[in-house]
Amino acid sequence: MRRFSALWKHQLWLMCISPSTYMAAFMFLCFMGLMYLKGLVDVSLSPNEQSPLEMFLSVFWLPVLFMVPLLTMRSLAEERRMGTLATLMTTPVTAWQVVLAKFLASYFFYILLWAATLLFPLIASLYLPQAAGSKIFDAWQAATGYTFILVSGAMYIAIGIFASSLTRTTLVAGMLSFGMLFFAIVGAGLMASFPVPDSGVLSFVGKPTDYIQTFRQLEDFSSSILDTRPFFLYISTTVLLLAVTSLVTEAKNS
Amino acid sequence: MEDNSDIPNSIIVRRLTKRYGAVKALDNVSFRIGKGEIVGFLGPNGAGKSTAMKILAGLMPATSGSAYICGVSVANFPDEAKRHIGFMPENNPLPEDLRVREYLKFRARIKDVPPFEVRRRVEEAMEICQLHRKAADKIIGNLSKGFRQRVGIADAILSHPEVIIMDEPTIGLDPHQIIAIRRLIHSLRGRMSVIISSHILPEIELVCDRVIIINQGEIVASGTSDSLRKDFIPFEGYEVSLKADRETFESALNAMGRKIKIVSVSEPDASGFFRYILRAPEGSDFGEALVGELSKDTRFSLREVFRRKPSLEEIFMAATRRGWDETRTVPLSADAETEDSK
Repeated sequence: MRRFSALWKHQLWLMCISPSTYMAAFMFLCFMGLMYLKGLVDVSLSPNEQSPLEMFLSVFWLPVLFMVPLLTMRSLAEERRMGTLATLMTTPVTAWQVVLAKFLASYFFYILLWAATLLFPLIASLYLPQAAGSKIFDAWQAATGYTFILVSGAMYIAIGIFASSLTRTTLVAGMLSFGMLFFAIVGAGLMASFPVPDSGVLSFVGKPTDYIQTFRQLEDFSSSILDTRPFFLYISTTVLLLAVTSLVTEAKNS
Repeated sequence: MEDNSDIPNSIIVRRLTKRYGAVKALDNVSFRIGKGEIVGFLGPNGAGKSTAMKILAGLMPATSGSAYICGVSVANFPDEAKRHIGFMPENNPLPEDLRVREYLKFRARIKDVPPFEVRRRVEEAMEICQLHRKAADKIIGNLSKGFRQRVGIADAILSHPEVIIMDEPTIGLDPHQIIAIRRLIHSLRGRMSVIISSHILPEIELVCDRVIIINQGEIVASGTSDSLRKDFIPFEGYEVSLKADRETFESALNAMGRKIKIVSVSEPDASGFFRYILRAPEGSDFGEALVGELSKDTRFSLREVFRRKPSLEEIFMAATRRGWDETRTVPLSADAETEDSK
């Protein structure tokens, strides 16, 4: 445990001194700030059923596509390119500990950045008139929406770490991560848009495709509905991806 | 193969084989390294040195055979075996963004150094490697090659391991830095068992108690440099600087009746002196007799005679050549065949 804790702290520190972390943070907060402002303006100009927070969360996937690669692309690819991963593996630490430490460090920053966006509705509700303020920030809606962001984020970060384990080039890792994330977020929605016959070989595709649609899950969570199925999907996929990543790391190191 | 069986072994390697597809990088390699010994691991590029070192460090599994570090099987208990090893890989990769002290502290923590000992061990390792004055708080990416090598060695000795494995520790260093690293390795003698692979053969001879020469995945020689000299270069050699042509000198040598042969002769220098390399069977110490004979003979003008002790480089060339000849079945190329037939 002491070894793991040292690894995790080390990874956190490496992320703290990495320019790509600050680039990800800056781009993410600017983009999300603008999105929230747009939501506020839209709500104030015309009557809208959606709250600014709901509108803001509906575009969560856009910053995820660039923030996750920036946070994770260096994690294993850079260490393999430099050779420091091999040096690390000559100590009593295991590949699983290394992968988990890198995952948790990146996930910590992911959570930290999303937590910072909570300031937007809080600031808005403080400075806007009281009636408008209560509509702007619904605590339960925020809790369910952010729960979705956190649970799905674990899988997205695991995808980024996995992509980073496949190559020793940071840029390729970033591009791989972007591609996989795009497929994970938008892929099921695209597949669902194709007509699927009710009977025949392809009929079994319909239900799972419906089940893994990110936007449908987000819709539920944003409407304050807590469904346990997405929890199972995201957590099990995260664990699976991390296990595969540690196997890849071990195999590529030998 | 020479083993120091009277001292306990820190490393035992038995019939280690590593295959990459059809290619055998290591073929039935066996050796032992005693506690506190410093052993040089030599071989041409692609001989299997780094593969053997990576297997010992637990970075790579062997195809067959076994390796034990302080009695612990590397294959069966890699985590336990790694606790006894300090490994400095080839090119010594280090994180560029960290400071020396913080990097060593991190390494101490993951190497299971007790928390209350971390600070002391880091300071101690930095002092041994002369990093404590200027380099301690510098960013590793800004350090010179010599200092980076020292950081690698400090990392290797940090947890007081019984075994230290260094792959090319002096590569790319200037003479001052090489001497510093040599002193450093000397200071570990008796305390830790050290395996060093290097291409700088005089370095190995100066630092190591014993040498293992590997070629094409097989050990072709093992022992102290003196015992290897006897095995691979079983003759006495002298170098003579003399003003006389080859025929005259050859007849004088034949007259001495000691089976002395001229191996090579240089072009005459500006003063007309030739430089001869002589060879005679082992045990025939003919230096004194040679000086006596040549001084008496008025045909010769003698300037210099000295005994040539075969260097480790010559032993290495002889051992790897022999290994190649013994293991070769098919010449790899027409060039190789031509070279051999010369």
